[in-house]
Amino acid sequence: MSNSVETTGKTVNEAILLALSELGLDESEKDKVDIEVLDEGSKGIFGLIGSKMARVRATLKETGADYAKEFLSSVIEKIGVNAELLSEEQDDNIYVELKGEDIGILIGRRGETLDALQYLTSLVVNKNSNTYKRVILDTKNYRKKREETLVKLAERLAERVVRHRKTLTLEPMNPYERRIIHSALQNNKHVRTYSIGDEPNRKVVITTR
Amino acid sequence: MKELLETIAKALVDHPDEVEINEIEGEKSLILELKVAKEDMGKVIGRQGRIAKAIRTVVKASAVKSNKRVVVEIIQ
Repeated sequence: MSNSVETTGKTVNEAILLALSELGLDESEKDKVDIEVLDEGSKGIFGLIGSKMARVRATLKETGADYAKEFLSSVIEKIGVNAELLSEEQDDNIYVELKGEDIGILIGRRGETLDALQYLTSLVVNKNSNTYKRVILDTKNYRKKREETLVKLAERLAERVVRHRKTLTLEPMNPYERRIIHSALQNNKHVRTYSIGDEPNRKVVITTR
Repeated sequence: MKELLETIAKALVDHPDEVEINEIEGEKSLILELKVAKEDMGKVIGRQGRIAKAIRTVVKASAVKSNKRVVVEIIQ
């Protein structure tokens, strides 16, 4: 679908309505496009002689998701990785999913690079905007695999805590990862968990109940 | 590497025309000196250096392939 269309109509308004429908929008979505009136048109005399059609150009406005995608794809291309980007905007959230074979490089150690890319993208998207949009950068396999790893780690460590009756402190994790650990052990009758320290060095502690 | 840093820096600042990057190539390392307009310093450094850290993380990711140590320095 093209981002811009030119339409004609008997009146400017008619031309605009036609443009919206050609862009796949309905009347209520007029604020999603920029409209340029190319010709006001004229009725001519008695609507017969010398009448001119009105002509407008409607261009889809760039959305936050567009900005996010544009920025990320040029950054990823320059890193030298082949990845496909899928983006979706919902309320104030912009989800971008990375797909490709080589995306390990974009994830980095413990998701460090993925988090950095997410942060930079959110800065770029929100730079010239007065509303705040949250950018969530994800790759299906990564988040899922990482969750499985963390759950296994939590269970293994909980066992050790019970067996040796000691308290274990994990390495620093981000809030999302700490939550995975907490909920993995939430129903464990023998251990309890809590967090200590300040971001970005906040750690989960596992101890006996 | 230089183009990558340039893309990121230009997207973050208000004066992309004033972004300058100097490449200093050593045997085992590459130093990238990033210079931006005075008013834009905060936009590439951030509170407690958070933005600078994210920039370095991304640039380093791309250096993985080249086997070189990359240092990003933000200069006045």
